[in-house]
Amino acid sequence: MAESALTAQVMVDTLKRSGVTHMVWLPDTESGYLHQKLHDDPDLTLVPVAREGETFAIALGLLIGGKQPLVCIQNTGLFESGDSVRGLWLDLQLPLLALIGYRGYAGGGPSEDSAATFLEPILKAWGVPYAIVESDEDVVETVPRMFRQAKERPGPAAVLIGGEYSA
Amino acid sequence: MMDGNRAIELIGQHRTQEVVITTMSSARAWPAVSRKPELDLPLSGCMGKASSIGLGIALARPDKRVLVLDGDGSLLMNLGSLVTIAAQAPRNLVHVVLEGDTYDTSGGQPTPGEGRADLAGLALAAGYRSAVTIGDESALVAALPDLLRVDGPTFVCLKVNSMWATGRMPRGSTKRALPIMTQALAGG
Repeated sequence: MAESALTAQVMVDTLKRSGVTHMVWLPDTESGYLHQKLHDDPDLTLVPVAREGETFAIALGLLIGGKQPLVCIQNTGLFESGDSVRGLWLDLQLPLLALIGYRGYAGGGPSEDSAATFLEPILKAWGVPYAIVESDEDVVETVPRMFRQAKERPGPAAVLIGGEYSA
Repeated sequence: MMDGNRAIELIGQHRTQEVVITTMSSARAWPAVSRKPELDLPLSGCMGKASSIGLGIALARPDKRVLVLDGDGSLLMNLGSLVTIAAQAPRNLVHVVLEGDTYDTSGGQPTPGEGRADLAGLALAAGYRSAVTIGDESALVAALPDLLRVDGPTFVCLKVNSMWATGRMPRGSTKRALPIMTQALAGG
């Protein structure tokens, strides 16, 4: 994991500007401070799950009901979510952005963590467009762009979180 | 124990404006009894996730009642969803599980916990507002009006025969139903 240059409040503000109403998620080591900020924010509803595969299904229901959800899980949870990714996110081409904690990220170099090794090849195999953020500047530029891509396509898009948040 | 097809028929008779999520066997049987197909979403893949989709709709539209027609094999694939649903506590969600103790669409193999697991007990322990097991038709007829109207989340385990939807062909697809339901909900 790269040294952190991500601020939780910057991510929260960016998500709100993008119109996110619900964040369906399971916390991971990268997103601890983000949880605290989201929990304190009355404009975003947190929907915690017991296992990551639930997130895409709950997000589908929220989309049907006219809301703008976001999925937030770690790469390990993405692997667990395989059938939800296939049957919902991909098959239904849901206009849904996922923030994926990039456990094992080594700044673009080789990682000893298979959770990192397999992430990008799997997203490429699934045809999910993605971008990596490592700084607040990345977040402000990349998250709205990937949201637009998900809506305009329409279809899945992912932002990989290449660092831990600070308060 | 009751016939699963009869249980679906009775639920169909009491359904008014509820959004209905079906999956596996219930997705095969429900189209024959539904009079509001624009509010029906069959989950044709992704076994186990019907209740999670129902939760999302219930949270997005608290003004609509959501009825999930689940199976016991499906629930077991997403058992943690009981805790997720209970934590959100949607008052407008009714989660029905037709428990036949077998995986019907794959030929009737027994589910783990066959005859032992208390699904309603699990739901209640997870935090559902109410949970009940119903084993015969007359009890279902008596309970249905209240079950569809009380504050949820409500869990209803219906003890049905194995392989009750055998011979019914899969009907409907999530992809086709999705824009129809989205539009129907957007319109009111």
